[in-house]
Amino acid sequence: MKKRAWLSLLLSSVLVLAVGCSGQKGAEGGGDKAAGFKLGLVTDTGGLNDQSFNQISWEGAKRAQKELGVDIQPLESKRDDDYIPNLTKFAREKRDIIWATGFKFEKVIPEVAEQFPNVHFGIVDSNLGGKIPKNVVAVTFKEHEGSFLAGVAAALTTKTNKIGFIGGISSPLIKKFESGFRAGVKAANPKAQVTVAYAESFNDVTKGRSLAKNMYNSGIDVIYHAAGGVGKGLFDEVKTRDKGKYWAIGVDMDQSGLAPDHTLTSMVKRVDTAIFNITKDLKEKKLETGKEVQLGFKENALDLAKSQHLKPDVMKKIEEYKQKIINGEIKVPKTEAELASFK
Amino acid sequence: MSQLNKQSTIVTALISIFLGIVVGAIAMQLAGYNAITAYQALFQGSLFQAFDLGETIRTTTPLILAGLSVAIAFRTGLFNIGVEGQMIIAQLSALIVGIKLNLPPGLHAIVAVLVGGIAGALWAFLPGFLKAVRGVHEVIICIMMNFIALYLSNVLIRNWLTESGADSTPKISPNASLRVDFLSEMFDHSRIHLGIVIALLMAFVMYYLLWRTKLGYELRAVGYNPYAAEYAGMNVKRNIIVSMLISGFFAGLAGAGEVLGTHGYIAIQSAFTGIGFDGIAVALLGANTPIGVIFSALLFGVLTYGSQNMEHMAQVPPELIRVVVAAIIFFVAANISGKLLDVVKTKRRAKES
Repeated sequence: MKKRAWLSLLLSSVLVLAVGCSGQKGAEGGGDKAAGFKLGLVTDTGGLNDQSFNQISWEGAKRAQKELGVDIQPLESKRDDDYIPNLTKFAREKRDIIWATGFKFEKVIPEVAEQFPNVHFGIVDSNLGGKIPKNVVAVTFKEHEGSFLAGVAAALTTKTNKIGFIGGISSPLIKKFESGFRAGVKAANPKAQVTVAYAESFNDVTKGRSLAKNMYNSGIDVIYHAAGGVGKGLFDEVKTRDKGKYWAIGVDMDQSGLAPDHTLTSMVKRVDTAIFNITKDLKEKKLETGKEVQLGFKENALDLAKSQHLKPDVMKKIEEYKQKIINGEIKVPKTEAELASFK
Repeated sequence: MSQLNKQSTIVTALISIFLGIVVGAIAMQLAGYNAITAYQALFQGSLFQAFDLGETIRTTTPLILAGLSVAIAFRTGLFNIGVEGQMIIAQLSALIVGIKLNLPPGLHAIVAVLVGGIAGALWAFLPGFLKAVRGVHEVIICIMMNFIALYLSNVLIRNWLTESGADSTPKISPNASLRVDFLSEMFDHSRIHLGIVIALLMAFVMYYLLWRTKLGYELRAVGYNPYAAEYAGMNVKRNIIVSMLISGFFAGLAGAGEVLGTHGYIAIQSAFTGIGFDGIAVALLGANTPIGVIFSALLFGVLTYGSQNMEHMAQVPPELIRVVVAAIIFFVAANISGKLLDVVKTKRRAKES
């Protein structure tokens, strides 16, 4: 009885000591590393290696490190709960710009930005509903325009005149992809039908695969996705099918590495370029924050990835449509309502 | 005798935690990380600054309630694995009250919290009812109800609570918020909220209920041996249902606290948050006692919140902390420390004789 009490006392004191010591030492090591320009990047729950949005954002940060000598650090969010602590962590370190990748940060960025008025924040893929605090720069892309070209590519490649679209969580952002894509198909091949499915997730690979499987089995031969990690399932599925007959179109970055013989092309969103350019402008004090920056073909922020599978005549058509969009001849629809009136 | 039991559970828990931390350290070293810097970052990042301390308490709050929820069901011999679903439904109900009603400050929050708790209780009622009346195992029903809750919540958010299909709801009215200025100021604008007061209060409620009332005595009796309880004239079915209702109520308060205090809105979730499942581990480590649950929830809160800083300062992936958590649970469940104590005891006896 007595000995047991001793044992517990001993153990708890060891624990307390361990905690206490570690704390003190840690406090010394927490100082600043360099005095230069510092960038922090907080990912959404997809993580840094999502082979999509977060990863390409990080590429931009890495380029800034290499070319501009910027000190960079990432923080991955495991749950939605982590967004505010992660942003705060960087803000407390007085990083010069803190990037939040993805529209999931829409609700938390204003809160943190208000609390740290002297720190700059960047959010990608959301304009915060138009109410952008003075120390925030909001970067959005004209994804509908890029998706339009993906639609043209799909429409001119399909043999069955059946085309699929897999979306992540249905939201205005992903609807932009869908609307643009369907408009592109409609413009280039009015006979083709587009089937739309949403996975209601950005990381459920299995769901992506089963959606793709159903689509291909129903006669669809080209599928475009805007679903982050879910898209990996699409590529897993298309790989198992006949070459040259079934196609997948990637999104955000050139995804042909996932299925080299089956990737028709990818709608590349140069998030890396955007992050690099804006970081650079901010470093050189050329940027005015507190507003939305919209990027499209003109800024070289969107494009279709180069691919051997796109035939020259298809490429020519795509180039034509691209010019028309840049000239403003074609106004690509952003929403379902606009799509309905699109001719 | 009871004192001896109590003491040995505390020792069991402490030994298990210690062994878990050691196993985690070994795993980190094997994976090529410095375990000491990692643990430094872990504790420094969760306790040393007002903001982090506040966030740690915020992380701990739902864990306490989820732990109490699991613990009270355990005491009646039930395994409530549906805390996750009960939390989601409570969140949703509290949010609806927070958005749609218009009540004065304070009262609004109280109504929203209560509605959340009741919603959680109702969600837990069905598994309890089916168990009591039809003998259906509550684990199966609870797991299924989790998925119903998750997707029901997503559908309602998408089609009813948001405009133009956004992926998250508008924010609740500030009148319904559980955040109070003086707490936020004190903890450097972290998201700590009054949920922690509710959680501690509920821990006391659970203690009082189980050990100081006739109902609590019956609940525990059913947990020890339902046949004996029935023979003694207790209504086992009723007690099963009551236990699930209380368990669901605690889970509901956890959910309500999350939406009214921490977030203020709900986003469409593609997967469970895992808080409800962590609640099972919390209850296990806390030996299903209110005070044990509070401390083990605090430990889980520190580990969960601190693991983010571990990545930041020591570049150790936070997944490794889950190894520590799993190891702790393993040592508790396998009762390794009991074996160790036995060895000590036999040695001592050998010496004495």
